[in-house]
This record gives sequence, structure tokens and C-alpha cells, in this order.
Amino acid sequence: MTPFTFARAADAADAVRLAAVPDASYLGGGTNLVDLMRETLARPAALVDVTGLARGIEERPDGSLLIGAAAKNTAVAEHHAVRERYPLLSRAIVAGASAQIRNMATVGGNLLQRTRCSYFYDDDGARCNKRVPGQGCDAIDGFNRNHAILGASGACVATHPSDMCVALAALDAVVHLQGAQGRRTLALTELHRLPEDRPELDTLLAPGELITAIELPALPFATRSAYRKVRDRSSYAFALVSVAAALDIDQGVVCDVRLALGGVAHKPWRARVAEDALKGRPATPDNFRAAAAAELAAAAPLRDNAFKIALAQRTIVAVLDSLTGGQP
Amino acid sequence: MNMTISINGADTALPDDPRVSLLDLLREHLHLSGTKKGCNQGACGACTVLVDGEERILSCLALAVQYQGRAITSIEGLADGDGLHPLQQAFIEHDGFQCGYCTPGQICSAIGMAAELRRGVPSYVTADLAAGAIAPDPDELRERMSGNLCRCGAYNGIVAAVSEHLGEAP
Repeated sequence: MTPFTFARAADAADAVRLAAVPDASYLGGGTNLVDLMRETLARPAALVDVTGLARGIEERPDGSLLIGAAAKNTAVAEHHAVRERYPLLSRAIVAGASAQIRNMATVGGNLLQRTRCSYFYDDDGARCNKRVPGQGCDAIDGFNRNHAILGASGACVATHPSDMCVALAALDAVVHLQGAQGRRTLALTELHRLPEDRPELDTLLAPGELITAIELPALPFATRSAYRKVRDRSSYAFALVSVAAALDIDQGVVCDVRLALGGVAHKPWRARVAEDALKGRPATPDNFRAAAAAELAAAAPLRDNAFKIALAQRTIVAVLDSLTGGQP
Repeated sequence: MNMTISINGADTALPDDPRVSLLDLLREHLHLSGTKKGCNQGACGACTVLVDGEERILSCLALAVQYQGRAITSIEGLADGDGLHPLQQAFIEHDGFQCGYCTPGQICSAIGMAAELRRGVPSYVTADLAAGAIAPDPDELRERMSGNLCRCGAYNGIVAAVSEHLGEAP
């Protein structure tokens, strides 16, 4: 690790002030950043510890939930309101990492973990545009079984590893930000970016901007929701494909649906094409299959990951099927 | 500022260098070598310790300075003198290890898991999210302990030891 200064922020304003120095980073649970620093893939000159900031989970009168960015992943997954009203979020969180890491990791830090692949870590043996902009990408013609099939570019084919963010994308979560210029909000689906020709940038945050909270808008039909993760081993592995879904059915017809995919793109992938194909149509396996196929029509597979196209479609259909159980 | 951390009940000065991980503080500075360095990158669980009695974390990914004022329990803090912690005894009785390198992490992790089960924290295999108490059946134990790898493959003995311990003192 390269040397750095360490300061603990008392509140959000204090954190923004402390981070107003060159090469500062906010530090949450450290489960990604400390690892990257040890590998010298991240070399912050100043760390601002934000684990002491707001971590409450507030049930608001309008039915929304406001989660402090310093809340631990475990605290969100076990919260009664999350389990009752947003079960897909609870399920997505416990699908991620290990219990130890979920106890350490904060919500804000989960959002800001690097989009990455194994070539990103291999600074002795591989080129990576995310690590060294303009260097080239050895994953595109390399071993790319785990890589992106949607929204990738010639510069980067890495995937965003978060499970939690896939559920948040489906829920239209809103990210609350504070920076030197004041406060603003951003849709979770607009926080992360596709690689295009700047894969070194994972998000659209301004320098020094801090995530202070995540807002979950009221979504009554999210009580009928699920998260399914498909991976090479049954636990403690990144997703090959994952699906977060919530389904609102009346008289056998899809009134509303939320669908997002993990493991397929540089950001959590909100499946709006499939959603549009489903709304107003009968909730039947044939329609689920057609919607999944429509979403994956834009997929561009690499040498080793074409299997993800069928896997994503089948997982979407299976999850939607599971959510129709017992519905007349 | 009180720059100390409690290690197994003893207040200890934090290192001046913020780069020191909690794992290196234990092993290299305090010579408490029970906590093991396996991968040093959050993939194996050998470095698992407990914070404030029952929250399991990975000490390799923790900067020691972040745990100022907190109470850390490592494997050395579990036994009562020469009397083993009941879970340590259960690991012996059920052959919960071969080489033993992952064992301190397994034991600390299982103690943290027991607290999570008592709180009703769901896991990926929990069928009913509304359940208040979760039965520690083998599927739950294996999922909840998946962050602790055993390359000897002593998993059956580990599950047996943890099951017995939870049965006695859930």
C-alpha cells in the first residue's frame, strides 16, 4: 500500500470538507478499497472514513424507505421493512459475498465497488484500459467466460459485481448525494455508466461527491418479488447471471413489472425492453420467453460467454414463472 | 483522541501507520498468531475475528485504525484459561479439521453465525423471509459458513461440530 492520511468524518459535511484534497477517497467497510490499495490498483493519498455517518433505516410516511449510506449490508438485509416490503433486496444482499463481508460492507460502498474483472487485477501480466487508460484490453480476446454480453465496448467488457445494486435498479432506487456544490439526487440506474471509451470511470459522480443515503420509493407490488443468482459454485461467487424481478398481476395480466439483470454488463442492467414487452400482456411462459428474448436481442457475446444469453433468458423466465405462483 | 483498541479484553495502542490491517496488528505487532493469513484478500475467511463479541468480520480487509475503540475477539480470546471454548472442544470431538489452518477462522465465524441466527438474519437459502428464528439445519450452516474455506475438506466434521454446539447453546 502506498502511504495515505486517515481521518474519520463526523458527518456528511465534514466528510466532504475532509475529502477536498487531491486523491482523496471515502472509505466504507474497506472490503473492496483496502484490497485494491494492497494491490496498489488504488493509491489514494487521503482516506476519509465515512462508516460513522448516518446508517439508520427510516420508514417514511409516503411509504418510501430511506437507508443511510453507512448502513451495513447485513443491517439492510435483516431489516423488517426490507424483508416485508422489498424481499428482492433482502434476497439480493444475502446472495452477495460472505457473511463476514456483508457485516463490514456499507450500502454506499457496495454501490461504489469497482466494476472489474480478473484482468484488472493482473497488473503484471495483462493490459487493462480500466487500470491504465488507453493501454488495451486483454479480456476481449482472452478468457472471458465471466464477462459482459450487454452494453460493453471495444475498450472494456468487465461486469459490475454487486447483487444489491441489481435489486436497487429494479426498485427505481434514488441515490442521495452531497458534494462541494451542494446536494442532489440521482437514479441508481444513472449512477453507474457503460464503459464506452472511458472504462476507467465506473460512475457519474463528481470528484469528492459523497453518497449519503439510498431511497427506495414505495412499490406495493414489490412484496411479490424475487432475486435469483446463477454462479459456478453455489455460494460465495460472483454471478454469471442474476435476475431481480417484481411482478404485479391482475386477472392473469401483467399490470406492472420490474426486471433487472446482474453479471451481464458494466452496470446493473435494467431490462426495460422486456418490461415494455410484458406490460399489459397475459402472464404466460410464452410471453415471458418472448420478453426475455427481446431484452437479449442486443447481446454481443465474446468467445467464451455466449452461454450467458440463453442463461439470462431462462433465468428471467424461471423467476417470472416463480412469481406467478398461486395467481388466478 | 483515545487511540486504542481492545484485543481480547486488553486495551492496546493502535499503530501509528494507518496501513496496518487488523490482521497484521494481531499477528505481527501483538504476536497473536492464532488468527491466520490465508489469502489476505477476503476470499478464504481464515482471518475471521469477532467485533464487540459477536460480529464476524475479515481482519485482512479491515484497517486497524477503523476499529478504534472497538472490542476485538480473536481465537486466543475464546478459551477460559486452559479450558477450551465448547465449540473448540466440539471441533476436536468431530474431527472438524485436518491441518487446522482454517480452524480459528471457522470457529470465530461460527460464533458470529450463531448470533445472526438468533437475530433471524436471513440467508440465501432461507425459505421464509418473515421467519423470526431460523433453524440451523445443515443447508443453512453450509450457506452461512461459505465464507470460510477448508482446503482439507473437513466440511462434514465442521458442520457436525457446529451443529452440536448450536444444539446445546443456540
